[in-house]
Amino acid sequence: MSANSPAKPRTLYDKLWDAHVIETRDDGTSLIFIDRHLVHEVTSPQAFEALRMSGRKVRRPELTLAVPDHNLPTTARVDADGNRVPIKDQESAAQLAALERNAPAFGVRYFGATAKEQGIVHVVGPEQGFSLPGTTIVCGDSHTACHGGLGAWAFGIGTSEVEHVLATQTLLLRKSKTMEVRVEGELGPGVTSKDLILHIIGTIGTAGGTGHVIEYRGKVFEEMSIESRLTVCNMSIEGGARGGMIAPDETTFAYLKGRPFAPKGEEWDAAVAYWKTLKTDEGAVFDKSVVIDATTVEPTVTWGTSPEDTVAIGGVVPDPESFADPSKRKAAQASLDYMGLTPGQKMDEIEVQNIFIGSCTNSRIEDLRAAAEVLKGRTKHPNIKWGIIVPGSGLVKVQAEAEGLDKVFIDAGLEWREPGCSACLGMNPDKVPAGERSASTSNRNFVGRQGPGARTHLVSPAMAAAAAVMGKLTDVRELTKEPA
Amino acid sequence: MEPVKQVEGSAYPFGMKNVDTDIIIPAHFLKTVTREGLGKGAFEALRKDPANVFDDPKYAGSPIIVAGDNFGCGSSREHAAWALLDMGVKAVIAPSFSDIFAGNAFKNGILTVVLPQEQIDRLMEVAESDPITIDLETQTVTTPFQDRFSFEVDPFRKHCLLEGLDEVGLTLTRGDAIRDYEQRQASEKPWLARGTGLAA
Repeated sequence: MSANSPAKPRTLYDKLWDAHVIETRDDGTSLIFIDRHLVHEVTSPQAFEALRMSGRKVRRPELTLAVPDHNLPTTARVDADGNRVPIKDQESAAQLAALERNAPAFGVRYFGATAKEQGIVHVVGPEQGFSLPGTTIVCGDSHTACHGGLGAWAFGIGTSEVEHVLATQTLLLRKSKTMEVRVEGELGPGVTSKDLILHIIGTIGTAGGTGHVIEYRGKVFEEMSIESRLTVCNMSIEGGARGGMIAPDETTFAYLKGRPFAPKGEEWDAAVAYWKTLKTDEGAVFDKSVVIDATTVEPTVTWGTSPEDTVAIGGVVPDPESFADPSKRKAAQASLDYMGLTPGQKMDEIEVQNIFIGSCTNSRIEDLRAAAEVLKGRTKHPNIKWGIIVPGSGLVKVQAEAEGLDKVFIDAGLEWREPGCSACLGMNPDKVPAGERSASTSNRNFVGRQGPGARTHLVSPAMAAAAAVMGKLTDVRELTKEPA
Repeated sequence: MEPVKQVEGSAYPFGMKNVDTDIIIPAHFLKTVTREGLGKGAFEALRKDPANVFDDPKYAGSPIIVAGDNFGCGSSREHAAWALLDMGVKAVIAPSFSDIFAGNAFKNGILTVVLPQEQIDRLMEVAESDPITIDLETQTVTTPFQDRFSFEVDPFRKHCLLEGLDEVGLTLTRGDAIRDYEQRQASEKPWLARGTGLAA
């Protein structure tokens, strides 16, 4: 590029793509280098088995980090004598044992079930400084987009791709289109990153980002903590986008500095200098652009069985007849039948019996603080039969306990658990009973997601805490406003 | 992988929109360390309805599903593709697919055929009584009634499917290019190459 022909302005995604192309084929696909690979027990056993059968090795074990999360029970893992508590579900136990065996056999760093670093992969990666700005990050899990909150290009892959990355440290990809979600203005008091991302998904729909990588832009994101950015990017897949990212900045660098796998010394300075170049250039063009007015976002909840089925807490259950698209009308009616709701019903009158605060979307220290702030000095409503708080990692748990948050939860009548994916998808024993409702800080309200027949309402941590206190979906602002 | 050239036979007239991977295979079936046997869990929640299309003897063993928009949205679980394979499905025809599902289907030799909604509507009708043929070579879907619909397919994926190529093996032949990239990265961005700091 000569000095008088300025480079074409590029988006953040363009820059990350360009930096990772090993070679481009005639058919337009490119071999892309993968910097970081997170592995958990559910989507990896068949990949390791395939390596074994073909006599292949893990090409770069040091770029791979394994941690169990989906199947682990969240009850005590060691007994009073310090012995490991056996896992009753034989299939879960077999899957966990496979990872415990495969990781060392292939030379991969492994945080086991009782390690203090153990947790949900998407909490552990950033917390350990393994996930870094400007990197390509993959995991056999669709919520991998989460790490885009650090300015990484992170996306979920299937098991065959897990095998491909283990064996070659690459993936064969076609470049995605780019989508800008620009949020203008500021969020009102009591409105959180979770409300915002639910609102965004409600606006663009679950297929709105298909084929695209989203960049979230605007002052709202610049002012967000890293935890909040991770929450936003985490749910990109619920809008159909395989990846979602926010440009790294001083907040990102401050978050990462000193973490175990983050660069040190001179390498840290070199890394920061590079990371500062990772932003969309002035004049760069996105294939698609959506603008959201932050001031219109209210605490948001879901009414149906798709994450796009969102409504402000002050709103009502919609009438399926109000949808123009006939297939959406049909889907909405099926959702209402499953959810046991009727059109026009007020959202803040819907009673819930279960509370789940956790998941890769909302189990970080900031989430637990937000829930504790609402629960402090209050107790759960008699409607609530089961309420669990599941920290995202052992380190989050330690931090929360140091701040006394565990005591707030226990005093409120809720259960304080060990880290894992838990009731987000109920692969472990934590499930919502059929026909009952949950106010859940997780990411999917699909049919049967939290257990067969379970009825899920997605909410923020503060809103889940408010639901625990009131026994129904509640506008948290009513509990937190200053007395007049 | 076995080469895939043509999928022909009866089709489930499913038609549902936004079929997520929790519908295709619920999480409690994911506790497996093999790829086999997942067909028994496929569409479990829908199959509680006795009138469901998957248990209608008329369509038993169909190799094709005709579905609505955004098929396979949600989780990245490849178990969804394995479950379809295990129930004998070799192709899904829909107006659109989630990116991750389409990739997983491809890796398992399942065709994901994208056609516009009005052609899907027509195939839903045909599937009630007659077979459908998908030909990958010519990129066409045909019926016994002279319907002939063309579809697009990624040239690389088409090549791999027709030849039954092992993608990992293919990429490993590019070992030198990968090594060059790694060496460049180690000198330009050494912090990236260290990872967890474990010796290779």
